[in-house]
Amino acid sequence: MNQNKINKRRSMLYIPGNNPAMLQQAGVYGADSVLLDLEDAVALNQKDAARILVRNMLKSNDFYNCEISVRLNHIETPFGIHDLEEIIPLQPDAVRLPKTENVEELKKVFEIIEKIEDAHGLPHTKTKVHVMIESALGVQNVYELASFSPRIDAITIGGQDLTADMQIEKSKDNYGIDYARKRIVMASKATKIDAVDTVYVDVEDEEGLREETVYIKKLGFTGKAVINPRQINIVNEVFTPTESEIRKAYRIVKAYYENKAKDIGVFAVDGKMVDAPVVTRAIHTLTLADIDPETIK
Amino acid sequence: MPIKIVILPEKNMQPVHKAQAGTFESSDIMILIEPLDNDGDNHIELSSSVGKQFKDQINRDITELLQKYEITGARIIAKDKGALSPTIKARVETAVLRSLDKQQGTLK
Amino acid sequence: MARNALNIEIPEKLDGLGALEPYQGVWTKLQKGWMSEQTVPPAIKARMPHTSKMCDSLEEAILKCNPQDGMTVSFHHHLRSGDDILVQAMTILANMGIKDIILASSSLTSAHEPILPFIEQGIISQIYSSGIRGAIGEACARGIMKKPFVIHSHGGRVRSVQTGKIKIDLAIIAASAADEEGNATGSHGPSAFGSIGYAMIDAWYAKQVVVVTDNLVDYPCVPPSIRQNYVDYVVEVDSIGDAKKIASGTTRITKAPLDLRIAKLASEAIIHSGLFKNGISFQVGAGGASLAVAKFVREAMKKHEIVGSFLLGGVTSYGVNMLNEGLFRAIFDVQSFDAAVSQSIMNNPYHIEIGAALYANPFNCGCMINKLDIVVLGALEVDVNFNVNVITGSEGDVRGASGGHSDTAAGANLTIVVCPSFRGRLPIIKKKVNNVVTPGDSVDIVVTERGICVNPKNIELEQKLKKAGLNIKKIQDLEIEVDKITGQPDPIEHTDKVVGVIEYRDGTIIDTIKQIKE
Repeated sequence: MNQNKINKRRSMLYIPGNNPAMLQQAGVYGADSVLLDLEDAVALNQKDAARILVRNMLKSNDFYNCEISVRLNHIETPFGIHDLEEIIPLQPDAVRLPKTENVEELKKVFEIIEKIEDAHGLPHTKTKVHVMIESALGVQNVYELASFSPRIDAITIGGQDLTADMQIEKSKDNYGIDYARKRIVMASKATKIDAVDTVYVDVEDEEGLREETVYIKKLGFTGKAVINPRQINIVNEVFTPTESEIRKAYRIVKAYYENKAKDIGVFAVDGKMVDAPVVTRAIHTLTLADIDPETIK
Repeated sequence: MPIKIVILPEKNMQPVHKAQAGTFESSDIMILIEPLDNDGDNHIELSSSVGKQFKDQINRDITELLQKYEITGARIIAKDKGALSPTIKARVETAVLRSLDKQQGTLK
Repeated sequence: MARNALNIEIPEKLDGLGALEPYQGVWTKLQKGWMSEQTVPPAIKARMPHTSKMCDSLEEAILKCNPQDGMTVSFHHHLRSGDDILVQAMTILANMGIKDIILASSSLTSAHEPILPFIEQGIISQIYSSGIRGAIGEACARGIMKKPFVIHSHGGRVRSVQTGKIKIDLAIIAASAADEEGNATGSHGPSAFGSIGYAMIDAWYAKQVVVVTDNLVDYPCVPPSIRQNYVDYVVEVDSIGDAKKIASGTTRITKAPLDLRIAKLASEAIIHSGLFKNGISFQVGAGGASLAVAKFVREAMKKHEIVGSFLLGGVTSYGVNMLNEGLFRAIFDVQSFDAAVSQSIMNNPYHIEIGAALYANPFNCGCMINKLDIVVLGALEVDVNFNVNVITGSEGDVRGASGGHSDTAAGANLTIVVCPSFRGRLPIIKKKVNNVVTPGDSVDIVVTERGICVNPKNIELEQKLKKAGLNIKKIQDLEIEVDKITGQPDPIEHTDKVVGVIEYRDGTIIDTIKQIKE
């Protein structure tokens, strides 16, 4: 798969795993990440068809610069193990584990993944794992889950199932999952991995999507799942830094490289001291703006 | 837990019963497979929205999959709506496995 | 056989068309400053004062025009797929036993399929049109007509009428409102269809002109889009067509994600082209990705506080909204696509109805497309030399319309073609297109979901777009990429028989359409 991928995950586009028309076009919409779904988007009697179709598409379809992730069925369903057997050998960038609640599940899944990789002579590092929190118990255990393995590089929230599990109505303002969102963000920050928000279901409501995305960005989410390609532009726009933010980040990174060449550790930009976390954040800002920090050297 | 790596069935198989896979949606292909009471030849009946331009290539993809599973004595009815090669192969493979009762990890 | 500037073989002459002049280049014939071909004079008629033009029926009006075998009958297609008049008139002529009719409709739509038997029976023996679709298109490609059909552009049609290539004996002009003297318009009435621009040249040049309306108004009919001094007879009928299909719903912004993606990319190309500034003039097509570009351009104009000069062409209510929002100062409207547009023509002096000559005829002192900055067009196929096919389908059938495609491409500063790289399994970006309507020399950018291709003649533009971070690909590379996805389609099998020709806007022949092998 593509070597020049820039590590960012603003928009993650769900693609139903049994829909060839959408799968073959998945990479062209400008999403940072495509999320090929074998789980809720596939009827229970079509799980075999979707699995085989997604496997074929992973082999030969060009997803361009998108990160490729596959949402698998839960390991305790009759489908999960078969999903792993078909998908893991193809080493997508990530697999997403739905309805994760406790570390025991993760242990089991990781063991199987590694066994499959060993059998195929594959490393244990290429395919990352994204943990999806969709229940009250998952929320309570989120830090343990997020910190289970360095292979986990994003934690995500599923709003539909979570509100159902909490036995509350899903409201437009999503007030009911606010605590869960914040908990999940905090766990992701503590483990220094990405936090990806749930989908906005009303495709026609562009302003609503924008408002929600602005809000969850403020909470600390690094990206948002989308269910329709039409939602990608808005999510990407919200997560793309402004011009002045980009200029500032550019100055910081440039000064960092100049000072590094002279072995100077701490320096000032715009009259403010710059230390390592500031540089890291500036590099991330440039990445989000499609600027490769390496080119500033 | 034992991990199966290859899930190809035994060789020279004839479908046990009728099965189908795929949809009539655009970019998809509907495959119907059923056992034939004959000397083992496979019969492919293809209709396609892009048949004039692609019938040979579609037939080749279907045949390739049948050969991979060494399927004999099957009638394949394929109704294509412009599916790409990976889709055609996926649908034939799904239908073949279903007709052999070898499909895995799905409700029937 | 001669070869034209695109290296396509063109017969020296064809029965039913006479000598053919091969296409020489987009602007070659214009550089001279005048047209070499002789024009023919328009019909000059006379009429005694205070005599009535009213006829009781369309049949009576046609009979008064003294129809003959071999005559040319013309129509406009402003009623689109709701038109009843063309079929009614052709049926009347067929019942009168007239044969060998040359049908010169500015375009043919799905509403015209009932004339298929007349084509099969030789009642209609030749067609001049900017577009042919459906069953008529299939029949044309099979070569059932005696004489080759001619596909022309909207601008080219005017030239053909003025040079007498299309010598109209009888023009039947449907109008949604008209008075007893024949002043007529499409801008109001129960069957309103907006601009009547394509019929204006017919009214001027035809030997006889019949105005047909389902809405006879007290004299005078305002605005007099067609004027009484050209009109011989007026007929009132119950209905000129199906109002719902006249105001077809094709003009809503698409919700198809792929079209929207392509439109978004095209709008980014426009924004970074260097032309996106105050005073911009702009034209988009009515359907799919092309119209959706207007949505993104509108948003960008608001954001960057840009006010444009004019919108041109086929006009949708979306364009009217942009006029009303103050984003453009005027609309020049040769053809309208929905009912809301009609009201705007009626009420807004800056929404200006124009004829096809002013719109796009290459042979005058400057048609509107000459002043156009940006046009966004669709395509059935594009080849690696940027040549565009909008007329023949992947199976060789005639199923599209030349319309203003080659006209606007030749005029605009920036011609953008938007299309998916493949459709179903059929590649759109190809090594070679089935037929060329618009030459690649007049196309600047092709925008697909898999990348943007810039015509190599525009090095500066390519650099600008690259600098803006757009995904620029060589069209040859995109063709290979698409070929890998779809596989190479088997070629269409043709006989050697030429069943139709595609005329470039200057009257030269850019391509021929060969008979499909059954």
